[in-house]
Amino acid sequence: MIPGRTPAHPDAQLMEKAQAVKGRSLLADARRRLFRNKAAVASMVLLALIALMAVFVPVVSPYAFDAQDYSKISCAPSWWTADVPTCPGGAGGTHWFGTDPIGRDLFVRSFYGARISLAVGIVATLVSLAIGVLYGAASGFIGGRTDAFMMRIVDVLYSLPFIFLVIILMVIFNQNFILLFVAIGAVSWLTMARIVRGQTLSAKQKEFVEAARAAGVGTFGIITRHIVPNVVGPVIVYVTLTIPGVILAESFLSFLGLGIREPFTSWGVLISEGAGEMETAPWALIFPAALMAITLFCFNFIGDGLRDALDPKDR
Amino acid sequence: MLFYAIRRVLGAIPTLLVIITLSFFLMRLAPGGPFAGDRVLPPEIARNIAAAYDLDKPLWQQFLIYLERLAHGDFGPSYKIRDFTVTQLIMNGFPVSLKLGLLAITLAVAVGTTLGILAALRQNRPADYSVMTLAMIGITIPSFVTAPLLQLIFGIYGLHIFGLNLSLPVGGWNGGAAQNLVLPVIVLALGPIAVIARITRGSMVEVLRSNFIRTARAKGLPTWRIIVHHALHAGLLPLVSYLGPAIADIVSGSLIVEQIFGLPGIGRYFVQAALNRDYTLVMGVTIFYAALIITLNLLVDLLYGVLDPRVRLK
Amino acid sequence: MTHPVLSVKNIDVRFATQDGEVHAVKNVSFDVNQGEVIGVVGESGSGKSQLFLAANGLLAGNGRVTGSVLYRGTELVGARPAALNAIRGSKITMIFQDPLTSLTPHMRVGDQIMETLRVHKHMSREAAAQRAVETLELVRIPEAKRRMRQYPHELSGGMRQRVMIAMATACGPDLLIADEPTTALDVTVQAQILEIMRDLKRELNTSIVLISHDMGVIAGMCDRVQVMRHGEFVESGPVDEIFYRPQHPYTQMLLDAMPRIDTPVRKGHINLKPEDANAPTLLSVDDVKVHFPVAAGGGIFPKYKPLRAVDGVSFTLKQGETLGIVGESGCGKSTLARAVIKLLPKTAGTIVWCGKNLGDASNEEIRALRKEFQIVFQDPLASLDPRMTIGQSIAEPLRSLEPLTSRHDVDARVRAIMEKVGLDPAWINRYPHEFSGGQNQRVGIARAMIFNPKLVICDEAVSALDVSIQAQIIDLILALQAEFGMSLIFISHDLSVVRQVAHRVMVLYLGRIVELAPRDAIYTDARHPYTKALISAVPIPDPKLERAKAKRLLPPELPSPLDTRSALMFLKSKRIDDPDAEQYRPRLIEETPGHFVAEHDPV
Repeated sequence: MIPGRTPAHPDAQLMEKAQAVKGRSLLADARRRLFRNKAAVASMVLLALIALMAVFVPVVSPYAFDAQDYSKISCAPSWWTADVPTCPGGAGGTHWFGTDPIGRDLFVRSFYGARISLAVGIVATLVSLAIGVLYGAASGFIGGRTDAFMMRIVDVLYSLPFIFLVIILMVIFNQNFILLFVAIGAVSWLTMARIVRGQTLSAKQKEFVEAARAAGVGTFGIITRHIVPNVVGPVIVYVTLTIPGVILAESFLSFLGLGIREPFTSWGVLISEGAGEMETAPWALIFPAALMAITLFCFNFIGDGLRDALDPKDR
Repeated sequence: MLFYAIRRVLGAIPTLLVIITLSFFLMRLAPGGPFAGDRVLPPEIARNIAAAYDLDKPLWQQFLIYLERLAHGDFGPSYKIRDFTVTQLIMNGFPVSLKLGLLAITLAVAVGTTLGILAALRQNRPADYSVMTLAMIGITIPSFVTAPLLQLIFGIYGLHIFGLNLSLPVGGWNGGAAQNLVLPVIVLALGPIAVIARITRGSMVEVLRSNFIRTARAKGLPTWRIIVHHALHAGLLPLVSYLGPAIADIVSGSLIVEQIFGLPGIGRYFVQAALNRDYTLVMGVTIFYAALIITLNLLVDLLYGVLDPRVRLK
Repeated sequence: MTHPVLSVKNIDVRFATQDGEVHAVKNVSFDVNQGEVIGVVGESGSGKSQLFLAANGLLAGNGRVTGSVLYRGTELVGARPAALNAIRGSKITMIFQDPLTSLTPHMRVGDQIMETLRVHKHMSREAAAQRAVETLELVRIPEAKRRMRQYPHELSGGMRQRVMIAMATACGPDLLIADEPTTALDVTVQAQILEIMRDLKRELNTSIVLISHDMGVIAGMCDRVQVMRHGEFVESGPVDEIFYRPQHPYTQMLLDAMPRIDTPVRKGHINLKPEDANAPTLLSVDDVKVHFPVAAGGGIFPKYKPLRAVDGVSFTLKQGETLGIVGESGCGKSTLARAVIKLLPKTAGTIVWCGKNLGDASNEEIRALRKEFQIVFQDPLASLDPRMTIGQSIAEPLRSLEPLTSRHDVDARVRAIMEKVGLDPAWINRYPHEFSGGQNQRVGIARAMIFNPKLVICDEAVSALDVSIQAQIIDLILALQAEFGMSLIFISHDLSVVRQVAHRVMVLYLGRIVELAPRDAIYTDARHPYTKALISAVPIPDPKLERAKAKRLLPPELPSPLDTRSALMFLKSKRIDDPDAEQYRPRLIEETPGHFVAEHDPV
């Protein structure tokens, strides 16, 4: 009811210029901003490379991920030639990341680890996405007492010490591979649900939703045409930020010995093994740790880039 | 505010009950019991042990017995660590974890806010970018990588700068001696430092752009006064909401840190207990921490109400 | 006094933005003399605020300023912070548009005022507190001592702006820069604030720069006027010259576009067609109430009190007629309109639409009826889904209510209505953020008009727009009404606009009608003290009339709507002194035919 006059804004003239452009959608704008963000673009490229490597590592490297070679125990990394004796036993060989104490090639194992870690990250995030979006959207859209009750449940689960719960789940289900995904996903949906609910609530109160109701649009149409498209942005951002969180959680569990089991491996397992012998073979710690850090970095940069692109306030 | 606190405490009771129930039945779902696998016991002895721990009763009766004991503050005996009750174990371990946690969160708040404010004041300049890059590293590199690295640098290689011996012990509690605390506390604090720096920067940037800062500048106040009296208060408020989750972060971080540095805190017991199916200990620790987190969250919310006069806690 | 207080020479302000440089202020020069009130008038984007922020060194980080600003001979542009701070807040002070966000939320207002005194005058705490109380009393804040200990959010909008003024005058400034100081306030509060500023000027002989978009405010306050557009001064001169003999076409256009409360005539624009006395009744609303439960009071379990947003309103609307609804923020005018077209559930009462009781109608029937009543919202950008093209937004009612229409027909109808509302049909695939507010409001109107409805509700539809755009949108609405003959419910806080567009006017106060009459009767023969106060508070863009205006009658600030006593503010004789009691309901009395006035105590 207040005459909401926009204060003199330097962008006022830009608005006029913008009219010459034909139909710039918000999405196109966001994409343009995202691709101008160098850190985000570099991250996307790097991440794609890591993912490709994880998929095609058996083709690239001659070693199998579980092949042990007792003549090559704890070899230092060697990149060019097989002639230099890099192993304590005097043997050599092209092991880009070196080998572990039972003679397995760490390059291959690191990227096999990447497979597991990325898979856990993506699958668990999808699980949390599915639960969180359904739950949060329902809660936010229905509103009222149902909303209060549903959010109360989330609060209760929030007070559970997250990592304790996952540990209990892992112990109960005997470190089942699939359940690892589900357990982490099932715990990390809470924040997603809160975000989706908040976005739904605020979208629901937007004037254009009221305008749609005045235009005779039914509930279903309002949800699908107006609310969902306007909630997608923040959800995508949160998804990119959840994946690294999940990767961390998995490696955390693996480090404690509660995650992936031999002969399979993940970054957490590799780091745990590497930490045990870092005095003699620091490469066993450094390479997997660096690979994981780079991956997490990339996800975070992409997430930040997406957020800035979707919600441009010059930072 | 008093009514609000009372209502919150009342509300915490069902929350705790849910957590107790959940963890009790989840634990019992697990295949294998606490006494399976040690060695094959004669059936009679096994029965005696089961009877001694009420394991022969129906599950719901066990649950009620457990609840009743809990109401008296008794978490029961540990199944695996003989001659100790869970309460004793928690009381042994908790001071260690608490000391670590408190030191870490203090360090994290002090360093994190300083870095965040610095970055906000130097927005989009080199100092800002360096702080934010550091923060990103802090967020992405987990404690189980930083811990061994720091052990390597300060402990095993031993760091000497300008003839100063900066070597530190890589593990052990040593009665809580200062030099034994340095590395674990730093490792625990790194993650929260990074998060706090990011949060502080974000909110300070927002606040520094706000209308009331413009008013303060128009009033001709010196810059330090604007920052200290007008910007900081509002800029640090989001931090208060983060403190609840931060404490949970530090708690879970201490699982790893206690293990790596060989510290006798609760976290270490917990991992062992979970692997050994020490029901009572696992439940005891979970419930204890849940209660702790609920309490701290309540305190944080009350603190928020005190700090932000606009929030009416009713 | 030959030295001007402020001398601005060749000031130029540019902003570096992501999409290139914006030239906000272009080479502007002027002087402010001792004891003078200068009005700077312009529409949004004219650079009028940026000019003075730049003069005070308050530009945002991406702004660059060149030129010279002399305060009594001291250069301010490029001055060291310490030198600048010795002048800012003490010699030159500012007040801003939005007093809630402009005051530090976590500091008591007393401390905020004392701070300037302690920094600039080096006063002791006690002396500063003493002086702060005096200043608060100077701006007529009741119970000043108690207010000192309150936080900004605990004060009403008007009180906050007084605190801002107190803060700005505490040190006895030479120059007070007021940037749209009353724009966010209700009209009666605006009148009070302007009165205070006038008195301050008289008592302290402070020079004032008043930045405003409102020619009425300027007319009543200023000695000289600078008209600003696109970062430049297009015209400047004494206030009477500007208002009675404007030279520049832009000034003339602004004056013509500005609605005046003293006349229904729109110079150079389309005028309202007289109503048809024999038209059939379209809508009748009887004793409608809309109450919301609001948590009130402490206790372990919160209690709920009803907030009576709309509390027993009755009226009828004829075909082709426009009913204006006016009132201050919180009077329930928007709630009433939404309840009438079933966007909000009513608590009680009946609504009869073309002989059909809407209370009996099913959801499906209401949905079908939406073809007949439509609404245009206040914020043109917010009421359009940012992810839809304007064509999709306009077509939305069509697609949901006549889903069988072929794509080709939808397209044709959208293009046809776009043409009608003055939008180029070629823009059909553009997005709302690519348009200005006025163009987006045309989109909103096109969406409302696509079914050629019988009733359109305009909920503050022109309030967010600049006056020149406002005039164009009103032209459009009146032209559409003349062509299609729909009825309108025109909601506005701006009584001048309503005078131009409505056949009858309803004045609401705390959810109840205080007066309902044909427009000329309301504006020339108001009977209720509240209506009289509202009308006298509206500034007229005519300096002589403004100066001649007698002391205004102003109602007290809006009391809490949760307190049942509040509704009887003008009938205190029948009030029961209990905030929860069921109170007497004032009757509406038809004093002359068609002129209804709520019972009130004699003035």
